[in-house]
Amino acid sequence: MAGVELQGLSKHYGDFQATEDVNLDIADGEFLVLLGPSGCGKTTTLRMIAGFIEPTKGTITVGGADVTRLPPWKRSTGLVFQNYALFPHLTVAQNVAFGLEMHKVPKAEIGGKVATALDLVQLGHLADRYPRQMSGGQQQRVALARALAFQPDVLLLDEPLSNLDAKLRHEVRHQIRNLQQRLGITTVMVTHDQEEALTMADRMVVMKDGRIQQLGTQRELYDDPASEFVASFVGRSSFIKGRFSGGRFVSHGGLAVETERRLAGEAVLALRPERIHLGADAADAASPDGSNTYRGKVASISYLGSSIDVEVKLNETDRVIAQVVNKGRESGASVGDEVSVTFPRDVPVFAASPA
Amino acid sequence: MFSNRRIGRWTLNALATLAFLFALLPLIFVTWLSFYEQEIPSFPPTGYSLHWYALAIANERFIDAFVISAQVGLVATAIGLIVAIPASIALTRYRFTGRGAINNLLLMPLVIPGIVLGFSLYIFQVETTIATELPIMGSFWGLVFGHVLLVIPWSVRLITASLVGFDRTLEEAAMNLGADPFTAFRRVTVPGILPGIVAGAMFGFVSSFGNLEVSLFLVAPGQTTLPIAILQYLEWKIDPTIAAISVLQILIIIAAMLITDRFVRISRVV
Repeated sequence: MAGVELQGLSKHYGDFQATEDVNLDIADGEFLVLLGPSGCGKTTTLRMIAGFIEPTKGTITVGGADVTRLPPWKRSTGLVFQNYALFPHLTVAQNVAFGLEMHKVPKAEIGGKVATALDLVQLGHLADRYPRQMSGGQQQRVALARALAFQPDVLLLDEPLSNLDAKLRHEVRHQIRNLQQRLGITTVMVTHDQEEALTMADRMVVMKDGRIQQLGTQRELYDDPASEFVASFVGRSSFIKGRFSGGRFVSHGGLAVETERRLAGEAVLALRPERIHLGADAADAASPDGSNTYRGKVASISYLGSSIDVEVKLNETDRVIAQVVNKGRESGASVGDEVSVTFPRDVPVFAASPA
Repeated sequence: MFSNRRIGRWTLNALATLAFLFALLPLIFVTWLSFYEQEIPSFPPTGYSLHWYALAIANERFIDAFVISAQVGLVATAIGLIVAIPASIALTRYRFTGRGAINNLLLMPLVIPGIVLGFSLYIFQVETTIATELPIMGSFWGLVFGHVLLVIPWSVRLITASLVGFDRTLEEAAMNLGADPFTAFRRVTVPGILPGIVAGAMFGFVSSFGNLEVSLFLVAPGQTTLPIAILQYLEWKIDPTIAAISVLQILIIIAAMLITDRFVRISRVV
């Protein structure tokens, strides 16, 4: 077991920067998730840790040893591929044994270690099956057992859940997380699904255009996003554009908003739907002094089951989505109703990104 | 009432059956003829016998020619694969200048008429034999060299086809688990493309085994391949022995196909 350190890791293809100056210090036993849209450099980063892509600049250390120039087969990383990449001509047990054979584990010990690895993923009874005889979820667990069997220093997961159906995904998320914590293995996972990242990670990294946008715990990224991009990518936000004048934010639509953080010039507010208070009228405001409360009209309603999204039009340019808990009949605003909304004062504020 | 769709399907099936019968017809007639009783083929047959099979098997020239054909075919297939496997890997996995040209060159023997290929090889071997004074012309290896050219196009085509369909993340998975590139190739890639290799070998061998035009130019006196022995026999006689030996040849090839298909699903590749 070992921590992983990436320093100034860059990969350029001609003029294209797949990753640029990625610095990460992943602690021993930590579960780190790289999150971002496709093409953000998260997979490139993962493949550099595994050794399939040679970085243009920067270093990779695992457990204090520099592995930057080592080929994949000399590194100790167990990778679970997005399509699992199980060897179709080998049985489940032979698949899991492959890494042990390659690492010159004595023949007598291989059987026991294969059984242990398969038991970890509750597949001991299917050892003699071939991959094509198994369901997607089972194949995924075989891939996991195979990656863990030779006891690598680092576990790498490349979108491991993207090929599973929604219901299974929930289940496997917890299984992987539990297994990772039980083994205490340093793990790096790549995903584009923010919910996966939020539920599994110790810390997460949001990437965009090859660069790290923000690194932190889920709470830090959700409650205090560092940029408009992070606010839109992790969770949902309604954005209100405007500018600061005299220490006070005024939206382009004319709303004056009190904010804890103050900037100068063009700026954007990112409002989480569940932090917006929805009331029947101004007297129903969440803030005692009635500040940050505005009147608006319900423009649309989306029923989500446990909650309801209410889109409120505040003026010609400013619209927000407020989320209210579904409490049955009584929580029934309908389109066209006059309502009031209240913004929190600790709303994240960013300087407007240059157009 | 038939829907358009059903009429279409019926037409397609009927045409396919016709084409299939058309291709099969010579085989059916040859097989039928091989059981005729009379020496000069005429219709209707006067009776049936296995007499011609006995004659074919007893004919030493056919047996010797069969052994030579088999030897040449096996050696040419082996050498052809040694060339075709690395060539296919290079063609499917790397981009280099002249890639298209090499691809075409390797498939060329399939396009050039056999007689032209045979004649060119003949001139080439005569000239090199004179220039180097090595015993190339009319040697076993001279003949094998010509047949390697028949094997290569088939095996390159079929092996590249299976390499293109091969999921390369499997190789990455092997390397991630500690296999160096050669071990990954041997343990994971080769089993994956085995159907292509076997099918390529099979088709290469068959095209070598049945080849007449190239062999005609390259064989030494007294060292004939089976198709040449059949041709020579036909110059003097047209009795059903030829039909019998042809049927035996077809049976051997069918058996080889069926046996390999049991181990490797060739039908998946071809």
